[in-house]
Amino acid sequence: MPKSKSAYSEPGKLGKSEHHIIVVWVDNEAGVLARVVGLFSGRGYNIESLAVAEVDKKKHISRITIVTSGTPSVVEQIKLQLKKLIPVHKVADFKRNDPNILFKELALFKVVSSKKNREKAQKLCKKYNSFILDKSKNSFVIQVTALRREIDKLIETLSPLGLVSTSRTGAVAMTRGSEIFK
Amino acid sequence: MGKLISGAEIVFKVLEHHKVEHIFGYPGGAVLPIYDELKNHKTIKHILARHEQGAGHAAEGYARSSGKPGVLLVTSGPGATNAVTALTDAYMDSVPLVCISGQVPTHLIGTDAFQECDTTGITRPCTKHNWLVKDVNDLAKVMDLAFEVATTGRPGPVLVDIPKDIQFKKTNFVLKSSNKKKLNGKSKPNGKISSSDLDKVINLMKKSSKPIFYTGGGVINSGPEASKSLRELVSITGFPITSTLQGLGAYPGDDPLFLGMLGMHGTYEANNSMYSCDLMINIGARFDDRITGKVDEFSPKSKKIHVDIDPSSIGKNIKVDLAVVSDVGSFLKALNKRIKEKHKDFLNSNKQNISKWWKDIDKWRQKKSLSFKNSKEVIKPQYAVQRLYELSKNKDTFITTEVGQHQMWAAQHYKFNKPNRWMTSGGLGTMGYGLPAAVGVQIAHPDKLVVDIAGEASVLMTMQEMSTAVQYKLPIKIFILNNQYMGMVRQWQELLHEKNYSESYTAALPDFVKLAEAYGCVGIQATKPDELDEKINEMINTKEPVIFDCRVDPAENCYPMIPSGKPHNQMLLGPEDEKEEVTDEGKTLV
Repeated sequence: MPKSKSAYSEPGKLGKSEHHIIVVWVDNEAGVLARVVGLFSGRGYNIESLAVAEVDKKKHISRITIVTSGTPSVVEQIKLQLKKLIPVHKVADFKRNDPNILFKELALFKVVSSKKNREKAQKLCKKYNSFILDKSKNSFVIQVTALRREIDKLIETLSPLGLVSTSRTGAVAMTRGSEIFK
Repeated sequence: MGKLISGAEIVFKVLEHHKVEHIFGYPGGAVLPIYDELKNHKTIKHILARHEQGAGHAAEGYARSSGKPGVLLVTSGPGATNAVTALTDAYMDSVPLVCISGQVPTHLIGTDAFQECDTTGITRPCTKHNWLVKDVNDLAKVMDLAFEVATTGRPGPVLVDIPKDIQFKKTNFVLKSSNKKKLNGKSKPNGKISSSDLDKVINLMKKSSKPIFYTGGGVINSGPEASKSLRELVSITGFPITSTLQGLGAYPGDDPLFLGMLGMHGTYEANNSMYSCDLMINIGARFDDRITGKVDEFSPKSKKIHVDIDPSSIGKNIKVDLAVVSDVGSFLKALNKRIKEKHKDFLNSNKQNISKWWKDIDKWRQKKSLSFKNSKEVIKPQYAVQRLYELSKNKDTFITTEVGQHQMWAAQHYKFNKPNRWMTSGGLGTMGYGLPAAVGVQIAHPDKLVVDIAGEASVLMTMQEMSTAVQYKLPIKIFILNNQYMGMVRQWQELLHEKNYSESYTAALPDFVKLAEAYGCVGIQATKPDELDEKINEMINTKEPVIFDCRVDPAENCYPMIPSGKPHNQMLLGPEDEKEEVTDEGKTLV
């Protein structure tokens, strides 16, 4: 048998990786985002997108939404490790394909092109709750809210129509119905 | 309105509130106001280390041997960065430390000021939590929380970074009983242990014919009562028990139900029992990779129970069948009670159920996996540890170690009968841990025998702390198994890298006897097996600190061992095994 040259064991079998949305409620204090993000980078977890803002001004609680991917045991570890951080109040975890969860990303596109192409571009954006935020002689800035893959697709189709700049947020998420996560 | 006091004084007020008697540290520009205040607080004694890492390990030794948190005081910049190794070590081995660091004044933070560094940024991944205090009115609360976080739940290090202007600033001192809600419910493990969990555990125990207890540092951390309860549980069940490196001493090392340490350099009987058992009861251990070996083949036939205070330890490396999140001491107590009250039938039946299992174990035991070929000409390192044990076992001896072969030999051949007597760097594996840790242990236990079983390479990393030992008249004994190599590195190079001993030999070692004299302590050297006992006795009877240069066989390897990537049932018992594949014969041993 060939000998391993390492003092560590060989990697075992890996489980199947799946996408999850992790929502973390934290005290909005100095360094809290660094703690959360540092935990991910330090332990080799993946961050696909991140959205964070204070949601309770009185109690100074921020809500962090992280889209991540990992095997079921990695996702479980992510939750347990997050819960150990002192400023963390609670952690929710949803599978990306969970039908009970809504999630949205917001994107801003700047399109500079001919009138014809701009009209085409506007039409393509229409079904994603689009708003024109700014207009000039040969350009506009349009806002859309959609799923990640829809925005990815839009970027592709808008490119030949004069898309010159894209700005987008991480996903934010919320459960459907009257229930809230405790 | 009360009297206004300075931030520096607040620091001491909180230390006094937490009954801190010793702090380990090193002064510098950004902590001078705190050092200035020291003179006004007679109940707190400062131990001046020679390097902040030494202060940190000393605080660790103090904490692990006394059960109290260790307190560390360092300056900004290099003071804080030097403490990082000790903080990381404490984080890995769950040692409660409170580190107070000075910082440049608030208005200079972020300007690359002299001796400035991003201390809270650097220490974020190696502490349970840390704080930068920017308002003197927060200081008392933060200092108090720091103790709370360090000592509750799974213990660990915390750091409070205090800018110099905050140390000078004055305010009213108010220490409210700490606001538990602020920790978001993390300080206490969740409530009571359910009797249904206990019954599930007991039912698994009833059904098992090949059970084993696998216990770890959690039992030690839970306090001496946990060790007592563990002994009771083992005695009423008659189950075999093995321990991790960190758990040694929770159960008596010379008891027949104890199979010795498990893991990479654990005993043949412990590892084979782990592999073949049908029920593994993990109490306060974390399925570390030095324990499990190859995860896919780890104990394939067993049901596994895991009791741990840290929910993230459960299922991290190994899937288990039943998990109980609890302080292990409370769990053990509740389990013993439940067995005695509700499951008396189990007590009568189980010893018969497992009698065949004990026969298997005895067969493994007969391999005598810890034996070695002794010599009349040269001191074998294992023999040296055995003699040290025999000659010091009647005293209540505290052992620290460095990291490497000597550490494993100490773990294998020194038998511990009480918790908190064994201080070693397990998780981080910090060479240079043992000497300063011995300083801390001796501070906590001034009248006890404290021995650092050391390697000559490790001990040179923190040798400067001998000066601390001499200053405070701490009679620590540095027992160096001197083989002139970084022995564990050399062993791996021999076994895995075709004997290419790349940089693992230390040429130009110091003369340790003269070095001892230079520090103002006593140097002893032993080179022959027949002088060992006399010299060890001389060391034990010396009232001053001692550096003992024990010249041992430079070629000796540490066995038994699980080679990398192998499961527990494929151990190498000695050099003969290495030449061929593992055989059932093992080697004939002296």
